[in-house]
Amino acid sequence: MKLAIVAGGGANFYSVEVAIQRLGIEYELTTDKAVIEAADGIIFPGVGFAKYAMDNLAQYDLIDTIKNYKKPFLGFCLGMQLLYEYSDEGNVECLGIFKGTIRKFDDSQLIVPQMGWNNCKLLRQSRLLDNVDLERDVYFVHSYYAPVNEFTVASSEYGDDFTAIAEDKNFYATQFHPEKSGAIGEQILANFIKIVQEFKG
Amino acid sequence: MLKKRIIPCLDVRNGQVVKGVQFRNHEVVGDIIELAEKYSQSGADELVFYAITASSDESNNDRSWVREIARHINIPFCVAGGIRSVAMAEEVLANGADKISVNSPALENPALIEELAKRFGSQCVVVGIDSWAQDGSYQVLQYTGDESKTIKSRRNTIEWAREVVARGAGEIVLNCMNQDGVRKGYDLVQTGLLADSVSVPVIASGGAGEMEHFKELFTTTKATGGLAASVFHKGIMTIPDLKAYLHKHNILTRK
Repeated sequence: MKLAIVAGGGANFYSVEVAIQRLGIEYELTTDKAVIEAADGIIFPGVGFAKYAMDNLAQYDLIDTIKNYKKPFLGFCLGMQLLYEYSDEGNVECLGIFKGTIRKFDDSQLIVPQMGWNNCKLLRQSRLLDNVDLERDVYFVHSYYAPVNEFTVASSEYGDDFTAIAEDKNFYATQFHPEKSGAIGEQILANFIKIVQEFKG
Repeated sequence: MLKKRIIPCLDVRNGQVVKGVQFRNHEVVGDIIELAEKYSQSGADELVFYAITASSDESNNDRSWVREIARHINIPFCVAGGIRSVAMAEEVLANGADKISVNSPALENPALIEELAKRFGSQCVVVGIDSWAQDGSYQVLQYTGDESKTIKSRRNTIEWAREVVARGAGEIVLNCMNQDGVRKGYDLVQTGLLADSVSVPVIASGGAGEMEHFKELFTTTKATGGLAASVFHKGIMTIPDLKAYLHKHNILTRK
């Protein structure tokens, strides 16, 4: 099997590559539509500014590719937020896989960005969380968040509850950075790879 | 709930980790990768690597160790020292660092903060502030990597902190230079004042000598992290012992 890591914006993909290398999985870091469509699954680790990232996806002609994607897909951090309908970060229409709008944390009440380790609360089962103890903290760094709704698998709390993990059909997403979340993050990535392997059959 | 962060700082010179008192008299404490792995495995929440001579001399520092660190640890880390352009920041981030920290170059050219925030997002951009307390006021020091070149900038620490946040900094590391390396405790008054003046996370640095100093920091100020070097390098305390102590005092850290 082979994964495509979509390099749709931002600069620091090396830690994601290293995390996939540690799991012994073949991958390609790419923005090439043909490579992405041929891969057995996608990891979409976007970092940076939502508007800028959506512009990038449009430039590489990847918006419909992702919207119509049927194989396992894992987005994290901005790569999760772009899966919602709309983001207040740059007032941009996003991919619309999950319903909802990405909003900014209230910096008159909270220290923003949320930066550091926080725990999650399980709301429903997900294969992404096999053998994962959610009492263990994971690493977040973000100023914008997704609301808790029917797509939420696990929530976390910062001022209010927000979506930490979302899932619908073949789309999986985490607000935190699994590649920076120690052993628990590694388990989540391994679980996603297992999902890709089983899908491939 | 978001946890308080314990952050070992590794001062890097010529490819090795060093430590001095008030940023001078450096002694070698060990190999970068070995120490990074050791702290990562012992429960550090994040690491800061500080290339200490980088801004105050013009030499082009070798940062090949950044990529090696990313290969060896799976917790976040920040690289500081000598980053004076978007291109230099991009190289460090592309090699796996999560954040870059700018200090003297931001004082020389404050617009650099905006350029970095626009390109990489505020969450990647840390501003380090070296502050000197004198007669109840706080002044920013510049070029602290080399004592012979260190100068007092004309900037007030609190005003500078507000300015860097307005320009897009996503975190501030406040080094209280009077306390640095002497292990008498963080400057709680100054750290508290600064943390109350900005909306972004503030990391305290300088003066940690006992576990109680971390407890005081987290109970009396809004600082979200405590940075320390010598107490960890010299084995005065271990990170698991420190976290157990904090837990006992109802200060939550990463599990």
